[in-house]
Amino acid sequence: MTETTAAAVAEQEPRAAAPEPAGKQKMSIILYSGTVDELTAASILATGGAAMDMEVNIFLTFWALLAMKKGAWQDPEQMKVSAEFAEYAPMMMEAVQQNKVKPWIELLREAKEIGDVNVYACGMTMDLFGLKLEDLEDIVTGVQGVTGFVGDARDSAITLFI
Amino acid sequence: MPEYVIDREIDARGSACPGPLMELIRALKASEVGQVVAVLSSDQGSKVDIPDWVAKAGHKLLAAEEEEDGATRFVVQKAR
Repeated sequence: MTETTAAAVAEQEPRAAAPEPAGKQKMSIILYSGTVDELTAASILATGGAAMDMEVNIFLTFWALLAMKKGAWQDPEQMKVSAEFAEYAPMMMEAVQQNKVKPWIELLREAKEIGDVNVYACGMTMDLFGLKLEDLEDIVTGVQGVTGFVGDARDSAITLFI
Repeated sequence: MPEYVIDREIDARGSACPGPLMELIRALKASEVGQVVAVLSSDQGSKVDIPDWVAKAGHKLLAAEEEEDGATRFVVQKAR
């Protein structure tokens, strides 16, 4: 190796650092459960994400999608709590009744108010249950397929399955 | 003697977490930079969550005063 080549190699500039990611960090939530306790947990997590200036994308599927039907959130027949914790249901419902804990749908509405929260309905589940966008509460922004969800989730800082 | 003037105060006592934090965020959104918002909170979660959020969101926590009834008054200045 000639001296000039060695010198050239030694003087080589270090590679430019990768550019900083622009925009907000993302949080993706696959919301599958339709029980009040789990929907509440998801809404609070979405709230946290919104409060920390993240872009929160919620993908509603199966039972969570059913829970999002217009009026379902306040229909006592449709309100469920996880089976294993059924004994806590009365205590939970009382807390919500006494306004100690807001209904999950209101928490989600507030999260949308203070930050960047998108709620998408899973197209496949909609077909399964014969639902249309108009059948769902208005906080649902649109319909999305699994590709759309995974596209967002793959560069999300936080991804959750609830 | 506090050296700040509170422009807006919200009483979120009795409201469960994340209630008080949400009230604070909403009030700050509706305020100008430099204005001061206070929120009264009585829940355990908010006690740690509010100062944490204020620091992460880049605002100034001017005070966290304990009230007689055990509630805390968080005084926050919108910094950006």
